[in-house]
Amino acid sequence: MRGKEREEKADMITNLGIEENKEWKCLPCDCLLKLDRVRIDYMNGSFTVELPLCPSCGMVLVPEEIAVGKMLEVEKLLEDK
Amino acid sequence: MDQKKLRQVEKQCIQEEAPACQSACPLHLDARTFVDQIAKQKFSDAWKTLARSLPFPGIFARICDHPCEKSCLRNNLGGPISIGALEEFCVNQPRPRIRTIPMPKKKFTMAVVGENLSSLVAALELLKKGYEVTLFTAYDRLGGTLWDLPDTLLPDKVVDQELATLYTLGLKVEKKTVDGDALADLLNEFSAVYLGLDTPETAPLVEKELPAERTFALKRKGLFAGGFNAPGQNLQSGNISTNVPPMTQAFQGRAAALSMERFTQKVSLTEGREKEGPYPTRLYTSLEGIVELLRIEPENPETGYTEDEARAEAERCIQCKCLECVKVCPYLAHFNGYPKRYAREIYNNATIVLGDHAANLMINSCSLCGLCTEICPENFPMADLCLDARRDMVENKKMPPSAHAFALDDMAFSNSDSFMLWEHAPGSAKSDFAFFPGCQLAGSNPDQVIQTYQFLLANQSDCTGLMLQCCAAPAHWSGNESKTGDGISLIERNWQNMGGPIMILACSSCMEMFKLYLPQIEVLSLWEVMDKVGQFDQTDMPGKGRPDSRSPVAIHDPCTTRNQPQIQAAARSVAAKLSIPVKELELSGKKTECCGFGGLMENANPDMAKKQLAQRVGESELDYLVYCAMCREQIRGAGKRTVHLLDFIFPPKGSVPDHFNPDPADRPKTGLSQSRENREGLKRDLLEQLWHRTEPETDEAVLHISPRVNEKLEKRRILHRDIRAAITHGESTGCKMQSVNNGHFLVAHRPSLVTFWVEYSPAQAGYHIHNSYCHRMQVIERKGTGGKS
Repeated sequence: MRGKEREEKADMITNLGIEENKEWKCLPCDCLLKLDRVRIDYMNGSFTVELPLCPSCGMVLVPEEIAVGKMLEVEKLLEDK
Repeated sequence: MDQKKLRQVEKQCIQEEAPACQSACPLHLDARTFVDQIAKQKFSDAWKTLARSLPFPGIFARICDHPCEKSCLRNNLGGPISIGALEEFCVNQPRPRIRTIPMPKKKFTMAVVGENLSSLVAALELLKKGYEVTLFTAYDRLGGTLWDLPDTLLPDKVVDQELATLYTLGLKVEKKTVDGDALADLLNEFSAVYLGLDTPETAPLVEKELPAERTFALKRKGLFAGGFNAPGQNLQSGNISTNVPPMTQAFQGRAAALSMERFTQKVSLTEGREKEGPYPTRLYTSLEGIVELLRIEPENPETGYTEDEARAEAERCIQCKCLECVKVCPYLAHFNGYPKRYAREIYNNATIVLGDHAANLMINSCSLCGLCTEICPENFPMADLCLDARRDMVENKKMPPSAHAFALDDMAFSNSDSFMLWEHAPGSAKSDFAFFPGCQLAGSNPDQVIQTYQFLLANQSDCTGLMLQCCAAPAHWSGNESKTGDGISLIERNWQNMGGPIMILACSSCMEMFKLYLPQIEVLSLWEVMDKVGQFDQTDMPGKGRPDSRSPVAIHDPCTTRNQPQIQAAARSVAAKLSIPVKELELSGKKTECCGFGGLMENANPDMAKKQLAQRVGESELDYLVYCAMCREQIRGAGKRTVHLLDFIFPPKGSVPDHFNPDPADRPKTGLSQSRENREGLKRDLLEQLWHRTEPETDEAVLHISPRVNEKLEKRRILHRDIRAAITHGESTGCKMQSVNNGHFLVAHRPSLVTFWVEYSPAQAGYHIHNSYCHRMQVIERKGTGGKS
């Protein structure tokens, strides 16, 4: 893989392109979710990404567009490693 | 698969074999490419194609005796392509710059005797290989009989131009008549010596000895000869050169040059040379649909083809290729190759150490249906190749987990208490027979399982037991040998518990599995049994009241009946007894196509399965008649009106008696959740209705799901049970999010390897499901904050 391609792949993994979430709140803590760094694992891969989570209890939201979009892409990449 | 096996497998695909024209050419000119380039008016490229195979292309293109034309497949379809005339046309176009790059200089020296074509070619080949070459001739100039040819055929200036290459490459020429003594000196002085027998004075030197076949070696070490006509020629006659076709002269000169190189390298002279010179090709080219097109003759034979004439003639070329399998299989076409190439990709996929396993999707997308093998003139085993590769991937833990997970989970469900069952017939303590409907019929139409079972009890034997479970085909298709073994053992155990009855199988995939893994069990196809029983009540046929109830249907054979013609025949016979007017699809019987489910194609590559299905359903305007429940689901899912043979035998009942019965061809595809609920319900209903045992019914929350959301769930393979589990998890732990906009709840639940997200709101009874999605990646929540999702 050439350097640029590798960079692009790495970027896709670490940056899921999430925007601040204003729709969901953590019900037990009654807090709006804030973007923060979260570790995600799959197969032999482990990455730190930004995802909305409850600043109080840490409950994390994976928005639909991420789950069926970038996350799925990365899953497929890792499965073919 | 090791290298040796790969080569064996690759050999079975003939797509890369040379076309007939090329294999008939002693120099293997790629005439197919050349003619195509002329058709596309790429004359420079065509020139280069000639130069790649022909020594002195300007000469040979003009004087070649074009044996290629005799083997052209157009022979009886308007006459062979005029390859010779096209070559002549081409070399009359401006010559592009063609560089001859010799190999690095070698320390050996070569002698070539004679100035005729075979000697010139031998000298040229040796020079290109980097040898120092000295040519001995009794004459003042090279070319011999070439100068005798009329200028209209071969202009003198062309001979000069072409032979100049020899000098550019460093040929030394010595004027000398070589006699017996001189030859002995040459053999001492040079590493190897070539005698051009197309030079009359040289012939006596071989003393009636014919050079060896292929190597053109003579008995004296280091001595080679060529330029003679085929065996039997009297080498002592004075004028042997006159009748040797130029392509033969060139071929022999070239082959001898290769032998001389091998001789100096001290390697085998004969190894791997079977395909030198003309040979019969294995390439198969179908002439179906090729219309006759008459050969274009040049308006002016003196000047040859004009540009338009040449193009028109070249356009007649069939461009021979096999691709028979690719023509019928959308999967083989989808990955832009053909089996030989795929075999190589599969091999590379297994051996790669670093980097992506690029062929995973290709390997997992094959339906393993075997149509390609059936169509292939050499029976290339694509399905075996893919299945072996999958087994290898599973064993080496390289199988993408998402590829077959859903199907394997479904198999586990069918082999769980939710569905699995074995029972002797009600009131009986033994089973002579046992009905095995399989998961798909049970999931698609549980009522018909009960009706069929009752039919068998009444018509086959009242000692017919029942076995509900999976035949392990999903595990087999996925390449998971351990799960296949477990599934097969489970069948064997239950079968033994029942006293070893003869099995009656509704599904041809089950039949294939039994025959493959359980040969000790006697099996019958439900259709064979139905056919034997023979009589059906036709008073209440489906579509009663529907005007087209007796319009013809096109029968679709499941791909797993490909090698079970008795099942195909029985299904047709049953259809005939039911007076169903059946039409045949073009690809049917042994050449039937897969519905896209086989080999778990749909699991691993849903888009590929869609393509496969689109092709199948597009083959006839008629409604399809099927006798496999999975085929019904797949084909119906593609929007095609599809009716199952059992729909005719056990027609669905409408809510209003004797009124319009529901049209079975219109019944929608059964969803994934519904299929599981049907299987669970079937077991409950059977036990209750036939064995009078009541199974406890689970009290499940009612889910209100719109068709739009349901469609999403099906696509994402999210089951209602996953949704219920997620809601239960959220409600019991309190780990929920809530929308500030509409108050909907959002919960996540990861029961094993997949995280399910469900957006819902409470309903009067149960829940409204607004959305659901899932992912396989696991979110590890922030340190000190607890759980994972």
